[in-house]
Amino acid sequence: MTPMWYIVLSAILFSVGAVGVLIRRNAIVLFMCIELMLNAANLALVTFSRINGTLDGQIMAFFVMVVAAAEVVIGLAIIMLIFRTRRSASVDDANLLKY
Amino acid sequence: MKYLSLITVVPLIGALVVAFVPRSKPELAKLLTLAFSLVVFGLAVATWFAFDAGSKARLQLQESYTWIPAWDARFTFAVDGISLVMIALTALLVPIVVLASWKDLDNSGKRSVPAYFALILALEGTMIGTFTAADVLLFYVFFEVMLVPMYFLIGSFGQDVPTKQRQYAAVKFFLYSLVGGLIMLAAVIGLWVVGGKTFEWASLVNADMSTGVERWLFLGFFLAFAIKAPFFPFHTWLPDAGGAAPAGAAALLVGVMDKVGTFGILRYCLSLFPDASRYFAPLAIALSLVGIIYAALLAVGQNDLKRLISYTSIAHFGFIGIGIFAFTLQAGSGAVLYMVNHGLATGLLFLVVGMFVVRRGSTLVTDFGGAGKLVPLLAGVFFFAGMASLALPGLAPFVSEFLVLLGVFTVNQTVAVIATVGIILAACYVLWMIQRTTQGTLNPTLSTVDGMSRDISKREMVVVAPLIVLLLALGFYPKPVLDVINPAVEATLTEVQVVEAGK
Amino acid sequence: MLSNLWLLFAIPAASATILLLSGKRALKWGPWLGVIAPAISFVLGLIMFFQLRDLNPRVTEQNLWSFIPVGDLQVSFGLMFDPLTAVFVLLITGVGSLIHLYAVGYMAHDERRVTFFGYFNLFITAMLLLVLGNNYVMLYLGWEGVGLASYLLISFWYTRPSAATAGKKAFIMNRVGDAGFILAIFLMFAYLNTVNYGQVFERVGSLSANTMLILGLLLLLGACGKSGQFPLQAWLPDAMEGPTPVSALIHAATMVTAGVYVIARSNPVFSANTTLQLIVVSVGTITLLLGCIIGCAKDDIKRVLAWSTVSQIGYMFLGVGLGGGAYALAIIHLLAHGFFKANMFLGAGSVMHGMKDQVDIRRFGALSKYMKITWLTFMMGWLAIIGIPPLSGYFTKEPIIAAAFERGDWTSWLFGWAALLGALLTAFYMTRLFVLTFHGPKRWTEGQHPHESPPVMWIPLVFLAIGSVVAGYLMHTSVVDWLNPVFAGVENVPEYEPVMPHWLISVLGVAFAVLGAGLAWAIFGRGTALEPEPAGVVVTAARNNLYTDAFNEVVFEKPGRWLTRALVYVDNKGVDGVVNGLAALVGGGSGRMRRLQTGFVRSYALSMLLGGVLVLGALLAVRLG
Repeated sequence: MTPMWYIVLSAILFSVGAVGVLIRRNAIVLFMCIELMLNAANLALVTFSRINGTLDGQIMAFFVMVVAAAEVVIGLAIIMLIFRTRRSASVDDANLLKY
Repeated sequence: MKYLSLITVVPLIGALVVAFVPRSKPELAKLLTLAFSLVVFGLAVATWFAFDAGSKARLQLQESYTWIPAWDARFTFAVDGISLVMIALTALLVPIVVLASWKDLDNSGKRSVPAYFALILALEGTMIGTFTAADVLLFYVFFEVMLVPMYFLIGSFGQDVPTKQRQYAAVKFFLYSLVGGLIMLAAVIGLWVVGGKTFEWASLVNADMSTGVERWLFLGFFLAFAIKAPFFPFHTWLPDAGGAAPAGAAALLVGVMDKVGTFGILRYCLSLFPDASRYFAPLAIALSLVGIIYAALLAVGQNDLKRLISYTSIAHFGFIGIGIFAFTLQAGSGAVLYMVNHGLATGLLFLVVGMFVVRRGSTLVTDFGGAGKLVPLLAGVFFFAGMASLALPGLAPFVSEFLVLLGVFTVNQTVAVIATVGIILAACYVLWMIQRTTQGTLNPTLSTVDGMSRDISKREMVVVAPLIVLLLALGFYPKPVLDVINPAVEATLTEVQVVEAGK
Repeated sequence: MLSNLWLLFAIPAASATILLLSGKRALKWGPWLGVIAPAISFVLGLIMFFQLRDLNPRVTEQNLWSFIPVGDLQVSFGLMFDPLTAVFVLLITGVGSLIHLYAVGYMAHDERRVTFFGYFNLFITAMLLLVLGNNYVMLYLGWEGVGLASYLLISFWYTRPSAATAGKKAFIMNRVGDAGFILAIFLMFAYLNTVNYGQVFERVGSLSANTMLILGLLLLLGACGKSGQFPLQAWLPDAMEGPTPVSALIHAATMVTAGVYVIARSNPVFSANTTLQLIVVSVGTITLLLGCIIGCAKDDIKRVLAWSTVSQIGYMFLGVGLGGGAYALAIIHLLAHGFFKANMFLGAGSVMHGMKDQVDIRRFGALSKYMKITWLTFMMGWLAIIGIPPLSGYFTKEPIIAAAFERGDWTSWLFGWAALLGALLTAFYMTRLFVLTFHGPKRWTEGQHPHESPPVMWIPLVFLAIGSVVAGYLMHTSVVDWLNPVFAGVENVPEYEPVMPHWLISVLGVAFAVLGAGLAWAIFGRGTALEPEPAGVVVTAARNNLYTDAFNEVVFEKPGRWLTRALVYVDNKGVDGVVNGLAALVGGGSGRMRRLQTGFVRSYALSMLLGGVLVLGALLAVRLG
């Protein structure tokens, strides 16, 4: 099995995530889509690490995981606060921060 | 003795020290500032005597320290006669301004006294830095950083001016100068590229560059300096800034900071781009000439004392401009001397107007009238400053104006004749201002204003006395200053490769 | 003594400094210090005068210090003492001291009198610098210095708007002249490479005729400004707003004659160009007639004297314009004028002192009975100015008129008869003034009790009256011989036969004076109306200064005011508007762009994605292309 397929899978996962971010309104779903994109990136990194025979990609993947974990912690807290004040988890409802 | 690095750094250290004085101790901040500025003045005097006017060296008292080796940028300090007199002027004016602003902030609870005086010291340090720097990048840094303290001085500390107008003036001042400065930055980088990848002024003087490149780089520098000076048509920030700034800061703004522009033209435009300087000289002279007449006419039409003085300064900068670009020894020396004398005369004028404004609470000419009856001594000093401003013979500005016009006349009679009209207009605006504020029947509301019953105080006498004495002394015996200036101007003219440099 | 020329001006300078700095503290002794300073200078001047007589050649120079040294331009703070300077020094300090003494009485009740004497001494200093300088820059230094003192003294009572305005007018009109003067200095340096008298006069021959003409015209412009000559005469009558001693000293005896001094000093320039001389002569003639005509129609005693001064200086300009031997004639007329005009001004001040500051001659009359000394001294001045022998005016004015007849061509007739006509008119208006003030019926306002002035005021009057009587006879040969060596090359001037015999001119001159005086006595001997009556075109025009002020206002002031207002508008809306417009454009553009920030998270996500795709696409395009 060539590493190529991992790359393809990563691309598919990323696209699914990106489309999800663009078309869904629910903040939780949005969040999961972002996770999906991050993990697609992780997959690509690990694959490239394998192809190149170095460890750089894998180290990067760990970094991404740490960042993703931190992001989840803060993001979920924000979503919860938004839900509490507005009784809605739709991102379109939270549009006060604009011109 | 490392005079130049010391004189640059001491005021900056002073600014830092004063900035940390708690707001509850304004008197301590004032005393510290005065002490620091007097130390700087002492250093300036020492530098003056350490400088050898007869030396053949282009720049003297050189010091150099590592800064950014990769770009060959160094902390290089050195002076010639021109920068020396400017340093002396700055070091002299700052203690006077400090003393003049002593009580200006006492009744405005909201504003921090230590901050004001720290900004003045910071301004002094950066202004002196522009004169001592002998490294183009270092000069540029000082040139830009200079804006910051002045921005806050105008925006936060102006007296008797609505907040909105003050902030408008401050932003306008900052943006104008920044635009010029950024264009100059581009030119500085360009100079680095074509000049052999160094920022050292001395080695850039003889840099080889093509005509086209030289002209563009000249324009880059010239625009920044023309905005700073300011020359017509880049002048409109000055009346706003001068009108909104507190009197002391305005005295420094017009008295010294604007001279950085004309100083820059002499040190950078002329010496670094001699061919382009000669090529663009007619343009520069035309702008200056328009400035002389145009700003003088505008000064006649102003109703705000500080704006009026700002306009007169624009006219005076026109004289400096034609003096620089006439490329004769008399005109050049006259222009440099003009920079000094104008600093003294207009500095005095701004400070005296400040004393009037503090008393009356207004800058409008129409709010005065017959003030001489109430404050005769102050009115007398005001008259003296006005006479200095119109270059009355016997006072210092006359010598410089005479030299400039005479030098210009030898090369271009038309320009000199038109500029001479400017001295008639000068009489018009100065006398108009004096008549409407201090002479004639007493404005009835004026006598009801509390402050107008106090004539000049002891502190204010100490403020104006050195300026008056200097204006008189240099009016009758300008030789000590001319002896310092002449060799530097002659060297500059040699660099511009004007054949008649000796004439 | 001659090696210490600087003492001459240093003493009044020191006194002025002390007086100006001490203010009210010096109320008691200040005025007397002010009198003593010029008096000491006078004594010194007298000593130097006698020392100079024994020198050969009669000139001494000294450079005190280097004033403006830049390259080729080496101006020194240099002094010179020669016969011309000597007579001016004596006039300035001598008449000056007398007028200072008079002012002690005149200003006795003014609380700012110390300042007054400070300014007065300042004036003496500047005037001495003017005549003592050995180069044109020094001359200019004194030139503007006297202008400053004149301004300060005209607007001495600055709380009066009219005084403040008159001072400003004087300063600005003088500046117009000064601009011409300073351009002349530039011209000298540019073409002759020097500004020293000696070297300028040596090299002036190398100038082309045109350059010489321009140089002379520029100097003349300066001279006209300072001396109140046409077309810059308008400030002088207004200068009478100052205290009367000021009018006597500055605006009659000394400062206003500085223009004559400049032309006499620059005689090598003026003698070298006949066109130039013609112009100077024309200016003098126009002014002398103008002054006479307006003088006939004025009712303010000081203004009549002021216009008379304008007219008499016109005679002096006529003299210096004629050149040759007439230079010295102009100078002796200047000296004699210094005596009799100062005498009459101070007399007018004395009259005003006794009449509660009344200045309208229609409101005087019969004062000869009440102020005997003033009347007698004023009479001497009056007889002197109209040229009755053997008083001074006869010996000094008549030779100028005679010289005007000696130009050698048809212009002799023109200028000669104009000068004679001037003599007739002078006699007329001076007699009118004299008769209306001292004779005829009383026409006083209520509550007047005229009285003679105190001795401190009439003693100077007596001295000046003696001067008015005898000065002419003493001067008309000795001083002319004394001065002539200064005017180099005078002997080379071709002598023309006068178009009329000399005796006839003298007779005509005296006859015209008597005729004018008799006419005026006949008309005004029985008094005049209390208010100006409507009159014909000529008189109305003369009352309005022949509309010269109106001309200035319409041609210079109004367009000037309009121009400044327009420019203020242009600067605020135009030049500043361009910049502010640019700022507004940037601001407006940013305002539009701001609308992109919708607040919808997903639209931000979309733009991020598009941006990423764009960057990737660009990278690929570069890579593949």
